[in-house]
Amino acid sequence: MADLRELYQEVILEHSKAPRNYRPPATVNHSAEGYNPLCGDHFTVFLNVVDDRIRDIGFQGTGCAISKASASMMTQCIKGKTRAEALQLFRQFRDMVTGQVEADGEHPEMGKLEAFSGVCEFPARVKCATLAWRALESALGDQQETAPDQ
Amino acid sequence: MTTLVYPPSDDLSLRPALLAGNDLDARKVRRDFPILGRRVNGKKLVYLDNAATSQKPNSVIRAISRYYKQENANIHRGVHYLSGLATEEHEQARQSVREFLNAADQREIIFVRGTTEAINLVAQSYGRANVGAGDEVLITAMEHHSNIVPWQMLCEEKGAHLKVAPINDRGELILDEFQKLLGPRTKMVAVAHVSNALGTINPVRRVIEMAHSMNIPVLIDGAQAVPHLSVDVQALDCDFYAFSGHKLYGPTGIGVLYGKAALLEAMPPYQGGGDMIRSVTFAKTTYNELPFKFEAGTPDIAGAIGLHAAIQYVKGLGLNRVAAHEHELLDYATKTLSAMDGVRLIGTAREKAGVLSFVLDGIHPHDIGTILDQQGIAIRTGHHCAQPVMERFGIPATARASFAAYNTKEEVDALAAGIRRVQEVFG
Repeated sequence: MADLRELYQEVILEHSKAPRNYRPPATVNHSAEGYNPLCGDHFTVFLNVVDDRIRDIGFQGTGCAISKASASMMTQCIKGKTRAEALQLFRQFRDMVTGQVEADGEHPEMGKLEAFSGVCEFPARVKCATLAWRALESALGDQQETAPDQ
Repeated sequence: MTTLVYPPSDDLSLRPALLAGNDLDARKVRRDFPILGRRVNGKKLVYLDNAATSQKPNSVIRAISRYYKQENANIHRGVHYLSGLATEEHEQARQSVREFLNAADQREIIFVRGTTEAINLVAQSYGRANVGAGDEVLITAMEHHSNIVPWQMLCEEKGAHLKVAPINDRGELILDEFQKLLGPRTKMVAVAHVSNALGTINPVRRVIEMAHSMNIPVLIDGAQAVPHLSVDVQALDCDFYAFSGHKLYGPTGIGVLYGKAALLEAMPPYQGGGDMIRSVTFAKTTYNELPFKFEAGTPDIAGAIGLHAAIQYVKGLGLNRVAAHEHELLDYATKTLSAMDGVRLIGTAREKAGVLSFVLDGIHPHDIGTILDQQGIAIRTGHHCAQPVMERFGIPATARASFAAYNTKEEVDALAAGIRRVQEVFG
């Protein structure tokens, strides 16, 4: 039996209760929605990308503890990264939660995101963990540089 | 504004059961269901997701297996022995469904894949022939997506309008609002007998009377009703009644559309193919008689035979006894969960069957589902294919426990303990 505490680590519970960057940044030039029609989880990820670098990021929406904590911690890890770096981190994160990388391996590149390594034991929850990341990916893929809101 | 809500004094299907008291021995019933003996995540399985699909008794599993082992052949085709036998078994299944619904005529029983296909059949055949630009189809705010989307598709194609009768905070249909929405342009009414997300039993007899007083036909989505209430389509006087076998202890892939013969006769076929024709030339095809006109292609023969076995099984238990047992469980679960801190029930209709939807303060239903699953408890979490219901209650999702004949009070206690564990994890 997979251990529940592997999934619901303290840091995940804490982020789900008090999500970081839970607002649109003052300036937003990219955004995308992540929606899981199966469970109704729904997040919007907002970006301010300047010269290929994510200057600011925020999110809003509703979802389970896993999806909300994942979104929250993603915003912390992504801020300041280039597009390529952000997408690289997404791929590593996805590989970790889907168990593509060796089980029980260390994920030093993941930093605090390693808290989500337990998700691979709960296949039904992989979509929760990656929801905001997929929204980030589509927001970054959105090549139209819209004018800043202000 | 007066709000006329019918505690369904007109739907007495449960009453005899309640008066009869509960003498169903769920422990004995459990022995008929091999899956209930297994463990999940190292724990004894507590299966409380019966509104999604029920488990299958040995008799159903054996009937399907026997058919494939000893009788398999295509029906209505060959002169050979097995084809005749399979045809006979298939038609016996139809006969048992006719009895089960108390339909007047076997020709009124159409085998389909499930409730969804039954509703699509009516929308695409009856609907396309009878609903035009500016017309209206009336449903309720508690419908499953399968009783919304087929009508939306029809309305979009025809330039017609989908009207939605509202529900109150308990999750009951507001009948006087429903009545106000019936008008000269209303060409079809489609209503759930029992709500899958809330458990509400709708006063369908009153709904049908109201619609019929204006000559509007009514389809009843009975997917959540047939496992819990005895249904008499002639007493209800509904024009169409749809249900699925797999929620009634039968196999997946088989369901039933009941339709009044006169309506079915006048309707164009739904799908074309073999079996639904009388003669085919490239110039013209003559369609087969009822019910075969609506059964194109080789049907789910094993499914029909499995459904027959399921109906026999339910009859053996006694649907009234099952209803009484489930009602007792629902009452017990309602009391138990209501007494817990941080638990809020969604759907508190005065007349309910089988379903207990709830939310926990500050904890998403998905997380509830995962933590209960770790304790071997299977419930459904999400919007239950009823997103408008979730919107009505201002929540993204619920956790839903739903009961069957084999569930016990100990399982309700396990659910309550599971919920406390969820609250501890999130404490």
